[in-house]
Amino acid sequence: MIVSDELFTPMRKDNLSAEAIVRPQLTYWQEAWLRLRGNKLALAGLVIIIILGVMAIAGPIISPHDYAKQSMITKNQPPSAENWFGTDDFGRDVFTRVWHGARISLFVGLMAALIDFFIGVLYGGIAGYLGGRVDNIMMRFVDILYGLPYLLVVILLMVVMGSGLVTIIVALSATGWIGMARTVRGQVLQMKNSEYVLAAKTMGAKPFYIVRKHLLPNTIGIIIVYVTLSVPSAIFAEAFLSFLGLGIQAPMASWGTMANDGLPTILSGHWWRLFFPAFFISLTMLAFNVLGDGLRDAFDPKTRR
Amino acid sequence: MLSFILRRFVSMIVTLWLIITLTFFLMHAAPGNPFEKEGKGLPDAVAANLNAFYNLDKPLIVQYGLYLQNLVKFDLGPSIANSSDTVNKIIARGFPVSFQLGLVAILFAIVTGIALGVVAALRHNRLIDYVAMVIAVIGISVPSFVLASLLIKYLAVEWKLFPTATWGTWQHVVLPALALAFSPIAIIARLTRTNMLEVLTAEYIETARAKGLSPATIVFKHALRNAILPVVTLLGALIANILTGSFVIEKIFAIPGMGKYFVAGINNRDYSVIMGTTVFYSTLLIFMMFIVDVLYSIIDPRIKFHGKEREG
Repeated sequence: MIVSDELFTPMRKDNLSAEAIVRPQLTYWQEAWLRLRGNKLALAGLVIIIILGVMAIAGPIISPHDYAKQSMITKNQPPSAENWFGTDDFGRDVFTRVWHGARISLFVGLMAALIDFFIGVLYGGIAGYLGGRVDNIMMRFVDILYGLPYLLVVILLMVVMGSGLVTIIVALSATGWIGMARTVRGQVLQMKNSEYVLAAKTMGAKPFYIVRKHLLPNTIGIIIVYVTLSVPSAIFAEAFLSFLGLGIQAPMASWGTMANDGLPTILSGHWWRLFFPAFFISLTMLAFNVLGDGLRDAFDPKTRR
Repeated sequence: MLSFILRRFVSMIVTLWLIITLTFFLMHAAPGNPFEKEGKGLPDAVAANLNAFYNLDKPLIVQYGLYLQNLVKFDLGPSIANSSDTVNKIIARGFPVSFQLGLVAILFAIVTGIALGVVAALRHNRLIDYVAMVIAVIGISVPSFVLASLLIKYLAVEWKLFPTATWGTWQHVVLPALALAFSPIAIIARLTRTNMLEVLTAEYIETARAKGLSPATIVFKHALRNAILPVVTLLGALIANILTGSFVIEKIFAIPGMGKYFVAGINNRDYSVIMGTTVFYSTLLIFMMFIVDVLYSIIDPRIKFHGKEREG
């Protein structure tokens, strides 16, 4: 076989860089996603949350029943083809009510987490960034608030403001932002004194640039984890309050009020009335908790356990 | 050291004063007159007498001053719903019960939680580790009232191992304490396991092994001591968790503790009971946190005493 020169083509110079032994450059988000993808449990949590969200929107729509319509003829029916999760003691369809409750429980959880996020990041960020005396005063105040028993304060606020959807969210976020503020402040303080921020400052970077390019990207992971974990704690607190009779008022129902109403059924045997709301509270808490843990590992591989 | 305790003490007093003030003004800002029940107005003379009895006829700031004065004397005032009852009496009735329940629950949680965490760490990635972690995840996800209902349904109603509800003998304590302790067990177990795993790879453990110490000595004298330190910091929060959690548990099990009176106070809008209970519990909790912080600084001499640089 004759190998003529024409068979050879000169190698293009820019292909040489492909020979270098480097892995493909990934952004922070791609890397986090890659690590999260490897975590089966966290992914399962994410999928469950998405399904719960979709069902909260679609559930009441696909159900042929109304969530508040009472019927004494069909009361306390076990799950059947007609009422998928059975009916309660007013003959209301439990399936429809569970997904209506999902709307309220998830809404409370997400709103409370979001408000915590805004106040906490702003407060903690300012304290951490400014440092010194301002930080000292701001954090002394937070330390005092931190010593207050969280649920007691929430109960107190609910008693004063009266029960309702908005007051629950206000009461929960009135104390909920403190943890977030502490976390963000600690992180920002640490970042601010690091060498690369110092280097950026030396090169004349403006404060806004430092915040946008250095502080924010390095804190965002922790913030996301914190928000993810504060959703289930808000949902839990709402269920807790509803259980004490301070929550959502009838005919609206959250999972907490439904579980509370279903409590006497332990003895009467109408298990579906307690089981379904209790099951979905637990499932939601579980999903958010495993996702939060997974995100923590994904954003901060150093603390991997 | 002493300055740390002093600083911590001052901050405790400030927090206490803040919660008392907050509670007082919130309760007085609450809508409605506590004496009006279902729109039934009282005769003017009766209302005036009641207002005088509860000091409600005085300006708010004077009422506040009187309240603080009485608090210093540990007098939480009379109940509004039942004027022959005082908040002090209610606490004297309810708290011993709640205290018993809480104490059993917290001891149970600490012992089981640490044991579970240690075993899981020693058998890392084996069956027992997975079982412990499943328990931990369930404990964090399942609300205590759900767990309590399950316990009643199976252990009490179907298998008749324990009484269903109410209070009296030691058997009555088991189920509510279990329900109350479950989530703290999960939290403690997880934390202990994480710390144990970390500590077990430390060099001084290696050294201890090289010296030929028995595994039991290594685990209990060297590893566990360092691994449970962070658990101590959590104790304050866990006690708070158990105290407030017992409101719900006492309601489910019909236990005549503080929770019962507190919930009754909420339902009757009995502001002095709500206020008194809140102040009492807050004082208790804040004092516990103070003790825990001081304890921690004694156990772990590495902790910084000056400046509040507790970052992260």
